[in-house]
Amino acid sequence: MLFVFAAGFIGSFGAAFLKAAAGRLRGNFASVLTNWHLGAGIILYGLSSVFFVRGMAAGELSVLYPMVALGYMWTILWSRLFFGEPLTWGKLGGLALIFGGLAMLGLRA
Amino acid sequence: MLVPATTAQRRFSIFLVFCCTLINAGAQVLIKTGAGHLGAHPSLFSTGIAILTTPQLFFGYSLYALSMVLLVVALRHGELSAIYPVIALTFVWVTILSATVFGEAMSAAKLGGIAMIVAGVATLGRGSGK
Repeated sequence: MLFVFAAGFIGSFGAAFLKAAAGRLRGNFASVLTNWHLGAGIILYGLSSVFFVRGMAAGELSVLYPMVALGYMWTILWSRLFFGEPLTWGKLGGLALIFGGLAMLGLRA
Repeated sequence: MLVPATTAQRRFSIFLVFCCTLINAGAQVLIKTGAGHLGAHPSLFSTGIAILTTPQLFFGYSLYALSMVLLVVALRHGELSAIYPVIALTFVWVTILSATVFGEAMSAAKLGGIAMIVAGVATLGRGSGK
């Protein structure tokens, strides 16, 4: 469970770095290679998938899936803080639905 | 750095991340079928070797890499907060694939969960307006 919590948290930072990297990408190949945000994003994102698989192998889906949704909440938070994206009721409502949906998917049949 | 995106660009971003979720689901199914080649408690090293030598694992993780590339392209013109949670659709596809490919039981709770996630993603997309 801690693994998946960590995976969601790290993954949300990974996504934030990928977003920062995407804004800095230009057409040429050099801009891809020298883009440290991209490297950081890929490493964090990859790391989060390793944690995720480990957590999945060990834990209960009923706890793990909502943890994944928590990762999306972090991402919306970073989007507001780092990129100034508006935090709207639509986003919060959508997130709440996704959270509930994942929780239901994780329930034992 | 923040250039306002056109409606077409935003739609294309959403379309790309939608593709990501399909690719992710395929990757997860491949990895699940390939995971049997791993022992009960594989070390990081043996996991790495297994990924390189087991076709299902190799293609599964290749698909993940492809999906990450698409995600970065999608993020160029889309809001992170609107795009990233769409990835939750992956779990919808995985649940459907699990029922059809692996014959896992589909319950009312799962169907309800799928409906809620789809509604949530739709709400998010709407809320991201400008």
